[in-house]
Amino acid sequence: MSDPVKDMGAKTETIARTLLVAFLVSLVCSSLVASAAVLLKPRQVANALLDMRRNILAVAGLLDPEGDVNELYESIESHVVDLETGAYVEDIDPGTFDPLEAAKDPERSVAVPAGIDVARVGRRAKQALVYLVRQDGEVSRIILPVSGYGLWSTMYGFLALKADGNTVADITFYAHGETPGLGDFIVKPAWRALWRDKRLFDESGDLKIEVIKGRVLAHDPLADYHVDGVSGATLTGNGVTKMMQYWLGDHGYGPYLRNLQRGESP
Amino acid sequence: MSSAAKRALLDPVVDNNPVTLHVLGICSALAVTTSLLPSLYMCLALTVVAALANAAVSTIRHVLPSSIRIIVQMTIIASLVIVVDESLQAFAFETSRELSVFVGLIITNCIVLGRTESFASKNPVGLSFLDGIGNGLGYSVILILVASTRELLGAGTLLGYTILPNVADGGWYSPNGMMLLPPSAFFIIGLIIWAVRSWKVEQVEKPDFRIHEVHRTEAL
Repeated sequence: MSDPVKDMGAKTETIARTLLVAFLVSLVCSSLVASAAVLLKPRQVANALLDMRRNILAVAGLLDPEGDVNELYESIESHVVDLETGAYVEDIDPGTFDPLEAAKDPERSVAVPAGIDVARVGRRAKQALVYLVRQDGEVSRIILPVSGYGLWSTMYGFLALKADGNTVADITFYAHGETPGLGDFIVKPAWRALWRDKRLFDESGDLKIEVIKGRVLAHDPLADYHVDGVSGATLTGNGVTKMMQYWLGDHGYGPYLRNLQRGESP
Repeated sequence: MSSAAKRALLDPVVDNNPVTLHVLGICSALAVTTSLLPSLYMCLALTVVAALANAAVSTIRHVLPSSIRIIVQMTIIASLVIVVDESLQAFAFETSRELSVFVGLIITNCIVLGRTESFASKNPVGLSFLDGIGNGLGYSVILILVASTRELLGAGTLLGYTILPNVADGGWYSPNGMMLLPPSAFFIIGLIIWAVRSWKVEQVEKPDFRIHEVHRTEAL
């Protein structure tokens, strides 16, 4: 009598058998991966939303590790802004408006002209969300969602400005694909701290904010507008600069910020 | 527990440790060990993947054509890693963000493929499963040692709780910034390997060659 295991071993080497095994293994593995992805999706989406709110609270300066994120988030005022006019749009509910979804809809979005699309945004929604933090009724921080291409993929973040609409209060990125340990300096607290009190526009209204190469030196005449870059991650830093150039420019929040400085749409 | 099962489970912890004896899995050991919590999740992820991959490969070992065995093992490992990664994103979002690509890189972790190829393709399912757990434990022991040392000396905390109060917060401990940089993990792993090999002398490899002293006349 022959050894059954050895017999099976001999038969496993035929081409048909090899293809069959490869097919069955792929089938089982792909259904495993697909069902995990589908079953876990709702939880991941909920986590992502919570994380976005946590990031908004962080740049708002309201994040309290003890507090409930959703509860704290109630105190933040959100508005839909028409980017072309810079005025608030009252007939769109900021609670359900999703600018990334709207950007995919040709009816509700515009293509960014190639010449000014430095941040490789492609299409953006006609409207954008802005968040306001009020202290004793007065706006104390203005939070603007920003996005742009870094080295590998689009980085999504929030830029928080002080009431003058020109001084940076904080910046945060909640989704990015930059190199771990290198380009991911953009989420490090030490780098975020460098942005505090930087200014965006100079006296003549030109956008000057920039992530430079290397460190900002004390005698740099533009030290107020320059943020340290990280060597080896120049393209990530450039991506952040270009994101600022697009979103703070005329095609981005420019009209809104000018309205704000004139005291309109508070 | 039979002696074979016990050996499969406990041998990789010290006597046959994948990190200190075989020096595998170093990439993630350097990258994720700046603090203890992500390291614990990484250990859990690797142990789960190694155990299940071993069990799966062992189950199909008699029908697996040897011409495609490596790619089939990789497919199984990759699928398990994706499932573990998705689960972390759903249940431990913050930590999964911190671990970033390193969970995905378990696919290329030599410990996992090494065990499926050298052990699970020749041994029964139960034993292979235990071997996966054992190697996961061996990796975990080293990661936990390295991460505890780095977090304690680099930040004065363990799992985020203050153990050594920092000078900056009015304490007495001045954190060692080097501990938070990847090279420190090399030094610590090196020290651990040295300690283990001083204790278990049989783990010391024989030198590949010896420098032979040559007399001047011989060289000519």
